[in-house]
Amino acid sequence: MNSLSPTADLRQIRQRAHTMRHHVLHMAEIVGQGYVGQGLGIADLLATVYFGELRHDPKNPTWPDRDRFVLSIGHYAIGLYAALAEAGIIPLAELDTYGADGSRLEMSAPETTPGVELTGGSLGHGLTQSVGMALGLRLDGKSARVFNLLSDGECQEGSTWEAAMAGAHHGLENLFAFIDCNNQQADGPPAKVMGLEPLHKKWEAFGWHTQRINGNDPAAILAALAAAKAVPGRPHAIVLDTLMGRGVPLFEQREKNHFIRVAPEEWAVARSQLGEVAS
Amino acid sequence: MSTPRGVTGSILTSSTDGAAQTATAPFGHALVRAAEKNSRIVGLTADLGKYTDIHVFADRFPSRFFQMGMAEQSLVGCACGLARTGYVPFATTYAVFATRRAYDFIAIGAALGRANVKIIAGLPGLTTGYGGTHQGIEDLALMRSIPNLTVIDPCDATEVAQATQAIADYDGPVYMRLLRGVVPVVLDEKTHRFEIGRAKLLRDGADVAIISTGLMTGRALEAATELAATGVNAAVLHVATIKPFDRESVAALLARFPRVVTAENHVVTGGLGSAVADLAVEAGLKVRLRKVGIPDVFCESGSIPYLVKHYQMGAPDIAAAAREVLR
Repeated sequence: MNSLSPTADLRQIRQRAHTMRHHVLHMAEIVGQGYVGQGLGIADLLATVYFGELRHDPKNPTWPDRDRFVLSIGHYAIGLYAALAEAGIIPLAELDTYGADGSRLEMSAPETTPGVELTGGSLGHGLTQSVGMALGLRLDGKSARVFNLLSDGECQEGSTWEAAMAGAHHGLENLFAFIDCNNQQADGPPAKVMGLEPLHKKWEAFGWHTQRINGNDPAAILAALAAAKAVPGRPHAIVLDTLMGRGVPLFEQREKNHFIRVAPEEWAVARSQLGEVAS
Repeated sequence: MSTPRGVTGSILTSSTDGAAQTATAPFGHALVRAAEKNSRIVGLTADLGKYTDIHVFADRFPSRFFQMGMAEQSLVGCACGLARTGYVPFATTYAVFATRRAYDFIAIGAALGRANVKIIAGLPGLTTGYGGTHQGIEDLALMRSIPNLTVIDPCDATEVAQATQAIADYDGPVYMRLLRGVVPVVLDEKTHRFEIGRAKLLRDGADVAIISTGLMTGRALEAATELAATGVNAAVLHVATIKPFDRESVAALLARFPRVVTAENHVVTGGLGSAVADLAVEAGLKVRLRKVGIPDVFCESGSIPYLVKHYQMGAPDIAAAAREVLR
C-alpha cells in the first residue's frame, strides 16, 4: 500500500473548496435551512485537509493506517458531507438525501456514515477520543495522524481542556487540533456568551504548539501544517479565524447566522453570488 | 464503659464481610493474565491506580498503561479513542466519578457506537465509609438505562476474576463494578462459571426466593443458611449481569416462588429490585416482593459495619425480609 498522500496544488484546493460550497448550498436548499454558514465557512479548511494533507483511501475508508479526520462539531456535517463526496468516499448523488428521513446523511454526522470517524454533536467529545486514537496509533508504531476539528464555542466545554492537558502530557505529536473561530455560537458571539480570548494563548499555555491563521486561506493552512509537522514531541493547535457564510455575501452579512433560515427565492441569489468558478 | 465507637476507615480499607477466605486485588491479577494472552489490552486510570487495583497491570505492562489524571471525561473519551484503533481499554475510577461525571462519555462515546471499552468502577454502594461523595449508590440505575451497555456487579473475588476475563473476550462496551483490595471469596472457582447475561441458581429452595447481585449474594447465602436453621428453605439466584437482564431465569424462578426478596448494594430505585418488579408485572405474575437495598437517601459516613447495620443491608436484614414476605 502506498502512502496515499494527496497531491493537489493550491489552485486545485481552491477549486475543490468552491465546488464544496456549491454542494453545501445544494444540500441546504433541499431542507430549506440549516448550518449553511458553517458549511461555507469551513470549506477552505476541509478542502485543504482532504486534498492537501490527509492520507486516506476513498475505496477503503476504514483502512487501518489512514489519517483520521475527527469532526467534534456534528452540526458541521453539511460541510463534511461535501468533502466526503468530493473525495469520493460517498456518492455525489447521495448529497440529495441530506437531512431526509432514513438517510445516512443526518443533520449531525453519525459514525455509521462512511468517512465519519465518530459521532460528534455532543460537544467536547472529539478531542478526548482523538487523544485516544493518537495514543493507539503511536502504540502501534503507525505514522498515521489524527486531525480534530473543533469549534470556538466547544472550547467552553471543560472536557476539551481535560483532553488538551492529556495530549500535551503524553507528547502526542501525531495529534492536530483545528479550532474554528467563526465568532458565533447558539446564543451569539462567544465574547457575549462566555469569553474565550485570547484563545490561542490558552492552547499555548496548555503545552500545545499553537498557530493562529486566517482559516479561509488554503495557502496559510498548508503553511501552518508544514510548520506544525516540523515541531516534534508536542500536539499542534491551529486556531482558524473564519468567516461564516464565506463566499456568499448574503449569508456573510446575515446576523444571528448559527442556524440560518433562508427564503426560497434567496437560493438563486446565493448561488449567483458564489459564482461559477473559484475566486 | 461504653463499647468503642467504630470510625471511618481509610479509603483503601477493604470490606471483607468477615470472610474466612479472601483474595487480594483479584481484578488487577486477572487483567494481567488476560493481557498476557491478548496484547491489545491496555489500561487507563484517572489518578486512582492503586485504589482500583490496576496498579498490578501498570507494574507488569508499563508501556500499555496510561495515566489520565483527575479527568474522568478525558479518561472515558480516551478509552473510546483507543478502542477505535483496535485496542481493548480497561479504564478505572470510582463508580461515582465514572457515572456522575462522565455519563455523556459513557453513553455517547462508548455505548452509542458500541466501542469496545471496559469501565471498571470502584467503591460501589456501601463499600466505603466516605459518605455521599464516594459511595456509588445509584450507578446501576444510571448504567442500565443506556442502550448497548453491558452492566455487571460481581459477587466476590472469584467472580471479579472470571468476569474480567469474560469482558476482555467480549466485543462491546461494559460497565463493571469493582470489589478491590482484600476481597472475600464466596464462590468456588472450581465449580462457578461466570457467563455474561446468565443468572446462576446458587441454592435451590422451597419456600422463598432471594434474588441478589454483587456482594449482596454472599449475604444472601448467609441469610439462606440462617433461615434453614429455622426451617425456612430459601433459594438464591445470583444475577451478576444487571444488563442484559436474564429474564428467562428470573421469570422461571418467579413462576416457582411467589414470595421473593431482592438484595442489592444499591438504592432500591432503578436497580435489580426494580428490574425484577418490572418483569413480574410484565409476566402477569402475582409476587410478594421485598427489596433489600439502600433506601432513597444519601448515606452517612462511618465504618462499614456500622453503615451496613444502619441501612439494614446485612444478612440478618435479608433473612428478616424473607420472613416478612412469608408472613
